[in-house]
Amino acid sequence: MSFRKLGLGLAAATMLAGMALPAFAQDSVYVPLFTYRTGPFAGSGTHIADGMHDYLRMLNERDGGIGGVKLVLEECETGYDTKKGVECYESVKGKNPVIVNPWSTGITLPLIPRASVDKIPILSMAYGLSASARGDIFPWVFNPPATYWDGLSMIVKYIGEKEGGLEKLKGKKIGFLHLDAAFGKEPVPLLQELAKDIGFEVALYPVAAQDMQNQSSQWLSARRDRPDYMIMWGWGSMNGAAVKEAVRSGYPMDKFYSVWWPGEDDARAGGAGAKGFKMLNWHAVGTNFPAIQDIQKHVVDKGLSKASKDKVGELLYNRGVYNSLLIAEGIAQAQKVTGKKVVTGEDVRRGMENIKLDPARLKELGLEGFTDQLVLSCSDHNGHRAAFMQEWDGTKWVKISNPIEPMTDRVKGQLEAAAKDYAEKNAGWPKRTEACDKAS
Amino acid sequence: MDILYKIFIEPFVFMGEAPDLLIQTLWEGLVSGVLYALIALGFVLIFKASGVFNFAQGIMVVFAALTLVGLYEKGVPAFLALILAVLVMLVLAVVVERVVLRPLVNQPDIILFMATFGLTYFLIGFGELIFGGNPKEMITDALFLPQGTTELDMLGGMVRFQHLDIAAAVIASIMIGLLAVFFSKTRIGRALRAVADSHKAALSVGISLNQIWVIVWFAAGIVALVAGIMWGARSGVSFSLQIIALKALPVLILGGFTSIPGAIIGGLIIGVGEKIGEFYWGPLVGGGVETWLAYVIALLFLLYRPQGLFGEKIIERI
Repeated sequence: MSFRKLGLGLAAATMLAGMALPAFAQDSVYVPLFTYRTGPFAGSGTHIADGMHDYLRMLNERDGGIGGVKLVLEECETGYDTKKGVECYESVKGKNPVIVNPWSTGITLPLIPRASVDKIPILSMAYGLSASARGDIFPWVFNPPATYWDGLSMIVKYIGEKEGGLEKLKGKKIGFLHLDAAFGKEPVPLLQELAKDIGFEVALYPVAAQDMQNQSSQWLSARRDRPDYMIMWGWGSMNGAAVKEAVRSGYPMDKFYSVWWPGEDDARAGGAGAKGFKMLNWHAVGTNFPAIQDIQKHVVDKGLSKASKDKVGELLYNRGVYNSLLIAEGIAQAQKVTGKKVVTGEDVRRGMENIKLDPARLKELGLEGFTDQLVLSCSDHNGHRAAFMQEWDGTKWVKISNPIEPMTDRVKGQLEAAAKDYAEKNAGWPKRTEACDKAS
Repeated sequence: MDILYKIFIEPFVFMGEAPDLLIQTLWEGLVSGVLYALIALGFVLIFKASGVFNFAQGIMVVFAALTLVGLYEKGVPAFLALILAVLVMLVLAVVVERVVLRPLVNQPDIILFMATFGLTYFLIGFGELIFGGNPKEMITDALFLPQGTTELDMLGGMVRFQHLDIAAAVIASIMIGLLAVFFSKTRIGRALRAVADSHKAALSVGISLNQIWVIVWFAAGIVALVAGIMWGARSGVSFSLQIIALKALPVLILGGFTSIPGAIIGGLIIGVGEKIGEFYWGPLVGGGVETWLAYVIALLFLLYRPQGLFGEKIIERI
């Protein structure tokens, strides 16, 4: 090969590589979005990806970004596959991302040790490692507004209240249907601890990823064990299939609870028999908020969204919006505390520790009443906020409870022990050296 | 001693104490088994005709079901969508024969096997491009598939039979019967068997290899469509269905790669075996044995009959 041809080839390759990269202006920040619109988990991932993208795109279209700085958005398809997720991380980290959202507990876990080295904060919103709520041990990881352990304690507390007090759960049996993966197993230690403390029995029903749509064995086993309540920790097509199987097997739906991940499509899968199915949630559904109406006006109506119009405002879409609300607020706070317009990952880490989404701020953002307030700090990267219970009425989710606070007294000790244990088991886990801002 | 009791005695005591649950478990296993058999049948048809293990059979199940539901969602009446889905599977068979098989004729089997890998990933991407990645609900009402449950009080308890499961078992059985007759009694079926025995000998008596391949891939496509409708009606249509299709692998090991009765019997043994195993012995290890039990059952059979229950024993002279 001649040098001329080699030179031409290199020039062409460089040009193509340049075309593949998102355009970075000097007054922009790069926000990669790890998403999964393909594979077995796309049923959940697509709506979340749409909500995440559309809120940030709306800020670009309506306000010219955040604080006058455009957001450069780029999706990386993980397929909810840990290996692909880590590849996504490696491919984006050189582009100076200000924050990374893995959208998978499995992907979050291997990224946790990398975050402090690469100076890229990780936002695992209400998923991931529960213990990473401890900001003093995990300064680069944020998992607001509640951990999985908080969520589990809320469900147990709600069930206990229904029975007339937690002590009334003694002698009862709680089934735990979960995806047999890091995500699904995350709350198991706490569930077993609560069972020991309170005196209820636990029956575990793991569902392998390859059997998400083949759950008849689990529900047969539930018929054998006769759990008084069933709690589900599922994701993707597992949720809809579980609701269907519960209906098929005649399990009483008013005793069937889930953590905050099923969407409307999952409940609809069970048909009329799914009425009474309950799940935790911490934000509103619907489009009756100025910010979401702005998404419709500036993004969806202009054909800049991948979401179909009828999905805007559904539960998982709004969950994506909430996720991007945190990203945007982290960036806005970073600009505020550093005085810089173009912020870095290190700045956004500080920004996240200064998040104070109170009712006044939510109103300012066009999301009044969308969610409860959230305050993060140097030591608390989670907030441990309350969630509420909602019930499927056959066509939509209906809020049926007041905010349920997590059982902090039972969770806190476990959480601290788990955080310390993590640091000890990972030899050389760095002590926090990042200074805390006065405000946080 | 306690563990021995839990393994060898307790499950049988429980079977005797709650025979209704035993019946229910057997029924669930039979229904799963019939559906596994249906998927395995698709593999067998193609393997018999071409010696190719079609890794794409799983995604063909999803692709066929998505085509049906996708067309219906676009406003095509259900039964017209069903006919169009059948035609799409015919087009797929022709394209596979022209683009994949014909250029690779006389290549080692492993090359053809790898080509079906490529076909799998092409169909995944193509399917997601056309229909999106979201799960869809099977159009059970529009296809007049029965819904509801019959609850029978028996053996001191209650056994639930889903009408959809009964329909799945009946339709799959009819399908299997028709295919068995087609391939054993018709001219095409005899031609297929000739191709399966020897490509060269079949060619020498004027059988068109290309035509046979199109026919078996089309037949496998129809089987995939039926399997997709039935699985989809049970648990929704999504790309994770293609993973379930891999359950057909132990079924094939058990029944033999070239035997239609083997696929049926193998499917039933695996279906019932894994449900019984999960239900009665699963709790001993915290559940989740269903995932691997099918492979253990297949492995045990393999130790004694490497060619499977009904597979042809290969005797080679050295």
